[in-house]
Amino acid sequence: MSAAEVLRRLPLALTVFGVAIALIYILFVTNAVPDSGIGNWRTTNFGSAVSDPSDFFYTVLDSVTFAGLLFIVASGFTLIFGLMRTVNMAHGSFFLIGGYIAYDVQQSMTTSSGFGLTSAQVGWWQWIVPAIVASAAVSVIGLGMQQGFLRWNQGQEIRQALITIAVSLILADQMIAHWGGVEKNIAFPNDVGTGTAFIKLGGLSYAWSRIFILLVAVGIGVGLWLWLHKTRIGMVIRAGVDDRHMVSALGVNVQAVFALSFLVGSALAGFGGVMGGSFAGLAPEVDGQWLLNALVVVIIGGMGSLGGAAVGALLFAFVSNFSGAYLPTTSDQCCTEYSVIVTFALLAFVLALRPLGLFGRPA
Amino acid sequence: MTRAAQLQSRVERIVGVVILLLLVLGPIGHTVFGSFWVNFILTQSLWLGIAAMSLIFLSAYGGMVSLCQVSMYGISALVLANVVTSGQTKGLHLGWDPWFGVVLAIAITTAIGLAFGALASRSFGIYFLMLTLTIAVLTNYFFGQVTLLSGFGGVGGIQSHTPSLIGNPNLQPDRLYYVSLVVGIAVYVLIRYIVRTPFGITLQGIRDDPVRMASLGYNVSLHRMIAFGFAAFVASLSGILYGWWIDTVNPGTVNLSSVIALLVIAVIGSLFRLEGALVGAFAYVYINNEVENHNWTVPWLGGTFNTMIGVIFLLIVCLSPGGLLGIWGSAFDWLSRHWKTTSPRLAAAAASGSEAVPPPVERTER
Repeated sequence: MSAAEVLRRLPLALTVFGVAIALIYILFVTNAVPDSGIGNWRTTNFGSAVSDPSDFFYTVLDSVTFAGLLFIVASGFTLIFGLMRTVNMAHGSFFLIGGYIAYDVQQSMTTSSGFGLTSAQVGWWQWIVPAIVASAAVSVIGLGMQQGFLRWNQGQEIRQALITIAVSLILADQMIAHWGGVEKNIAFPNDVGTGTAFIKLGGLSYAWSRIFILLVAVGIGVGLWLWLHKTRIGMVIRAGVDDRHMVSALGVNVQAVFALSFLVGSALAGFGGVMGGSFAGLAPEVDGQWLLNALVVVIIGGMGSLGGAAVGALLFAFVSNFSGAYLPTTSDQCCTEYSVIVTFALLAFVLALRPLGLFGRPA
Repeated sequence: MTRAAQLQSRVERIVGVVILLLLVLGPIGHTVFGSFWVNFILTQSLWLGIAAMSLIFLSAYGGMVSLCQVSMYGISALVLANVVTSGQTKGLHLGWDPWFGVVLAIAITTAIGLAFGALASRSFGIYFLMLTLTIAVLTNYFFGQVTLLSGFGGVGGIQSHTPSLIGNPNLQPDRLYYVSLVVGIAVYVLIRYIVRTPFGITLQGIRDDPVRMASLGYNVSLHRMIAFGFAAFVASLSGILYGWWIDTVNPGTVNLSSVIALLVIAVIGSLFRLEGALVGAFAYVYINNEVENHNWTVPWLGGTFNTMIGVIFLLIVCLSPGGLLGIWGSAFDWLSRHWKTTSPRLAAAAASGSEAVPPPVERTER
């Protein structure tokens, strides 16, 4: 093999090597926390997958279901970027405001005393209606931002990003003013509720709520794919991604297409907020976390690619969950979490090989 | 140079000298500025301004809007805190010599800046912005989660371990102020010098057309990486001043709000002119202080300082991408056009001096 060929195959070899090391480590090497003492470098929360398969499967399931939530949020982000090259830095704010609106609607629909709503008190409609209202409200906010501020800056990407940062700054402050700093929780409906519904998977009991998130995410993914690939409007959007001037020249009202995709992208952010608020709760600074999540997913997967968002979500979820569960915990320094470092390493590795992400294409 | 530009630069020089004189002489005997102003408003404006200068250097001369300059000064302050303090509950508390801490903070931050630069230098425009934002937020998590070095509470007690030159900034605020002023002026002069060197000229060429510069044989990624490392060096200076000023470095130092605050400062001042850093920093600190003193809230909408500064930020991005200094510059442009139409004598004078200057080209983002 020539030197160039070796260099070309190096990334694949490195990837295979890294994954193999990680697998061997997780499958065989790690140990559970011993009864006495703090253990050694092999000590982790669960021990190896061979000795403790159930926790291993829980971690796999957690990763896949978390990837579902990541995908819902990131797909809206990537849809907007793919067509308009607009980076919506307010995506995290849309997520959070969607959650808060759903929270308010759900509170008003149930006989709640103001807080501590549990899934047992919530039926299907008391979750679906808030979700729809929140998604619609957020899509209106997003459309307003696009028409009011972004439309006449089309093509000036940095300026658009700065505008959305300004909007997110204002929205974050407004949300603190209206919903305060105390964490709010939306309740899943009783049939899939957190702590009320469990699914039996071959002897393992697993929360329905996470499976529900995954099912909805798959539904959204399939729906988006069908919309983009099997309908006329989807065809126009895909054409617009490739060459929006040509589409415009062919007589398509490209501004209307932009508005529509911004509407859908924002609605997905808002719906993600409802999911995330039911799953983990809503508080100030959650907007920044979810903006970061969406960014990491689409940077890994490639901006503007739906498949990239799915792959990026899976990679990100697996890496962060597994490094949280299987990296050594032994240390006299309590609670150090190295998952953030591993996430960063993943990002750096992908970008070093493919600056536009796994499925990214140049503009 | 057009007449308006000549006038503008003359006025700016006079204003600059007056401000500099005020800043140098004002605190002596507290003739102009009281100690609250010196310690709270001016010193804060200076270290924020130095951090903003590193952002504006990258944006104005490298075409890179970086959102991780806050992480850079945070890392520098964290290194300083870990190295110099002793007897604290958190951090490494090595208790080494304060000046050695300064050197180490600068060296480590610059090295990390070069490493991040190597990662980010192949991305352009909006990708660069997002990548640096991701780096910034991950740095924030790193601060919070790696308890060996920081943890949520952060590392405190820097003010009791300053060099004897600084003393305790709480008791002798003027010293830290003058050190910040000297560092600020030095950074300003250094950047003005660097952009005139062959390296700086190349960097501006890369900003305008990376493909052409690459085909001329320049190593585009390397230049951008070094520029990023240099910006990290500037930010590390700011981080040391910040550490001495704030006493405690915690994850809140480098969170998303701080990232956005520094961006707001740079945009309000001007993303395209170095002086904008100090203008923006002063405006930000001053408005923040006024809002907090008076407990102002936004009428009928709710919200406080962040809503107000967000609206100002939004207005400036929409109306004047060049920031406050952009407005200042266009005022002179307007003046020159006004002269041309009203006074034939002045217009003739202006015309004779304004040949061979191409109209200002809107900087395109790639």
